[in-house]
Amino acid sequence: MSGIVGLVIVSHSPEVARGTVDMVRQMVGDDVPCAACGGNPAGGLGTDVGQIQAAIRSVWSAAGVAILVDLGGAEMNAEMAIELLDDASRQLVRICQAPLVEGAILAAAEASGGASLAEVCASAEAWQAA
Amino acid sequence: MTEALLAALIDRTAATIAAEAEALTGLDQAIGDGDHGLNLRRGFEAIAAERARLSAMAPADALHQAGMLLVMKVGGASGPLYGSLLMGMAKAAKAGGDLPAQLAEGVAQVQKRGKSDAGAKTMLDVLIPVLATLQTQAGRPRPELIRAIRQTADDAREATKPMLATRGRASFLGERSIGHYDPGATSSQLLIHAVCDVLAEQP
Repeated sequence: MSGIVGLVIVSHSPEVARGTVDMVRQMVGDDVPCAACGGNPAGGLGTDVGQIQAAIRSVWSAAGVAILVDLGGAEMNAEMAIELLDDASRQLVRICQAPLVEGAILAAAEASGGASLAEVCASAEAWQAA
Repeated sequence: MTEALLAALIDRTAATIAAEAEALTGLDQAIGDGDHGLNLRRGFEAIAAERARLSAMAPADALHQAGMLLVMKVGGASGPLYGSLLMGMAKAAKAGGDLPAQLAEGVAQVQKRGKSDAGAKTMLDVLIPVLATLQTQAGRPRPELIRAIRQTADDAREATKPMLATRGRASFLGERSIGHYDPGATSSQLLIHAVCDVLAEQP
């Protein structure tokens, strides 16, 4: 396992996803591969399994990919995108149970230091306990 | 014969969802995020657009491909949920299962995908009772079985009105979800009627 964990930000709103990536860039920097995706396949609010799959591929890292999601369908569509990956890749992708914006920044901060996928997710998920 | 049946199922389910999309969205505006009907319509339009290709397939493959179309095109939680239903049915069909066995596997996949069960005010509150009717009354003459399934779906959808939502977006409303029909239970009821319509017309 090597490299920096990639991040995928999944929101119902493309603007929220892009804005979250902007915040990661400014607060953490450009070292962490970070992709925004949002909007349903027709361009309205929602999420899109195909777009999530493409986002996972775009930040792919041997260290793995952490996904931050907002509500309901975003998580279910992210789970679906992960299940459609091949067996080996699937083991390297996880959904963080954390608030989207705060979780993304904590995950990126952890990832930028070379942390493992488990450490990145744990860091994001710790926000709720704080 | 299978090809005509598959084409009829595609036509009837897509027409039902198109006709009811606004009403479903209205129900969803009351207790959800207001996109259920429009999302499902997009998914079923995608299936209808592939009608010729899908209806030429073996039923198990057609179910799987239709499920994938819903997963990829719907854009809300109902995509993975209905997609898992069809893909679960496909899996059982592939293994030689009869219709009750297929629906059982489909419902199990919806439970797994939604991390939910009966009583949470979701589509499962229609699908689980319908499965039970299909399993226990499968031996009855077809018209009677179809009538029993329709009645079960109607009663089960009605029963979601007083329920407190504990899964899905409606759960955010807590007690305010009481007194509204569940949109997912309603779309399941409508789709079951559409399938019954087609099966009732079969020679």
